[in-house]
Amino acid sequence: MAGIIGFGAYIPKYRIKAEEIAAVQNANAEAIKRGLGLTEKSVPGKDEDTITISVEAARNALARAEINPREIGAVYVGSESHPYAVKPSSAIVAESLGVGNDYTAVDTEFACKAGSATIQINAGLVDSKMVRYGLSIGADTSQAEPGNALEYSAAAGGAAFIIGPNEEALAIIDSTCSFTSDTPDFWRRAMQPYPSHAGRFTGEPAYFKHVVGATKMLLEKTNTKIEDYTYVVFHMPNGKFPMNAAKIFGVTKEQIEPGLIVTKIGNTYSGSSLLGLACVLDIAKPGDKILMTSYGSGSGSDSFALTVTEKMVEAQDRAKKTQDYVDRKEYLTYPQYAKHMETIH
Amino acid sequence: MFRDSSIIRWRNYSDRYMLEGYECTNCGKKYFEKKGMCVCGSLDFNNLSFCGKGKIVSFTKIHSGPEVFQEQTPYCVGIIDLDEGARITAQIIDSKYKDLSIGQEVEAVFRKFYKSGEKGVIHYGTKFRPKF
Ligand SMILES: [Zn+2]
Repeated sequence: MAGIIGFGAYIPKYRIKAEEIAAVQNANAEAIKRGLGLTEKSVPGKDEDTITISVEAARNALARAEINPREIGAVYVGSESHPYAVKPSSAIVAESLGVGNDYTAVDTEFACKAGSATIQINAGLVDSKMVRYGLSIGADTSQAEPGNALEYSAAAGGAAFIIGPNEEALAIIDSTCSFTSDTPDFWRRAMQPYPSHAGRFTGEPAYFKHVVGATKMLLEKTNTKIEDYTYVVFHMPNGKFPMNAAKIFGVTKEQIEPGLIVTKIGNTYSGSSLLGLACVLDIAKPGDKILMTSYGSGSGSDSFALTVTEKMVEAQDRAKKTQDYVDRKEYLTYPQYAKHMETIH
Repeated sequence: MFRDSSIIRWRNYSDRYMLEGYECTNCGKKYFEKKGMCVCGSLDFNNLSFCGKGKIVSFTKIHSGPEVFQEQTPYCVGIIDLDEGARITAQIIDSKYKDLSIGQEVEAVFRKFYKSGEKGVIHYGTKFRPKF
């Protein structure tokens, strides 16, 4: 199949600690941190949104791909926080990259898997030779109602992938498959500012059924075993769910921890599993195999098997790494955070 | 004067979004803003893309800017010498005023400029942040 010829990450500089939020919610911060498996989350700057996050991630991906942006024939931005209800993020992102006018674009939405699904779309377009290169982005500035449990994890960030022919790939997509059903675990109605969720129902019948379903399907389809993979990335709504999914498959700490970015920055929704993949690609060596399974509420999972090529070695240092963004941080107080999230002005 | 027009801004997307400027074909002097005539007297310019790296020449902190920037106040604005030689005035973000200094290296980033009211267009463009 097609492959990843460039990848890039972006995470805003600002962070808020669980303690700050717990103080306002009158909750026990230690219990929250243990329960969710995270200690702080990223917060967008006052002038950042899904589009600006997508642009920086895509510029990093372009720097690694070393291609003329005009050769990109498809641009997709997956998010549940597109700044406009009507007006495509994808066209603004493409304009800022100098893609020109000869490209197709659309914004996608499928809760947290809106970005991973576009990697499948672009792989199809590349393999059918409809486009030479396609840009896939998953990014979010996730919204959480003040006082809701989601406030501890809903974070901001994104990752971008340029998909192209397999002979140019830094990582070849060996196979991909999806597991999808109609499941009412998490949603946001039109015109509503904050999402709603079905509490504990978001676990077994939602996240685990789909993540496990898609991953099993991929292992059968590729005739591989979980131990064949150097790294495994599962969607990260919190620090606990991916670890529990890892337990089900017997994934080791060495396989899961390098991509477990949620513990440092929270859940970046459409950016979550893709940022996990970017973390792993930053350090991967030729021959490494990577398994990544996304999850989007509603519900579906896209699973990917990738093999890293020799071309990866030189590409890794051509742009900022995910860890560079993780390490760059400035903490906000709750009132500052509320201003960043525009809940106060 | 501050003019809020989505069409006027649209005409400037290539320089605002991608930091494109102009180079005098006679003496090679580079400009970010389009000039009618170069200091050398030439009227002929080529387009040029700046790489987005530069140094702070001067900077200040804005406490009370145009109304559309109100939600970003206080913010820093600086004059930046781009590595290619042109000079640009832009917002400097992701840094506190006290942490900025003259000569400091900065890099271009794509950010939101402002929103035209509750229902209007969102304007984007290039700002600078300390290099990291
Ligand atoms: Zn001249």
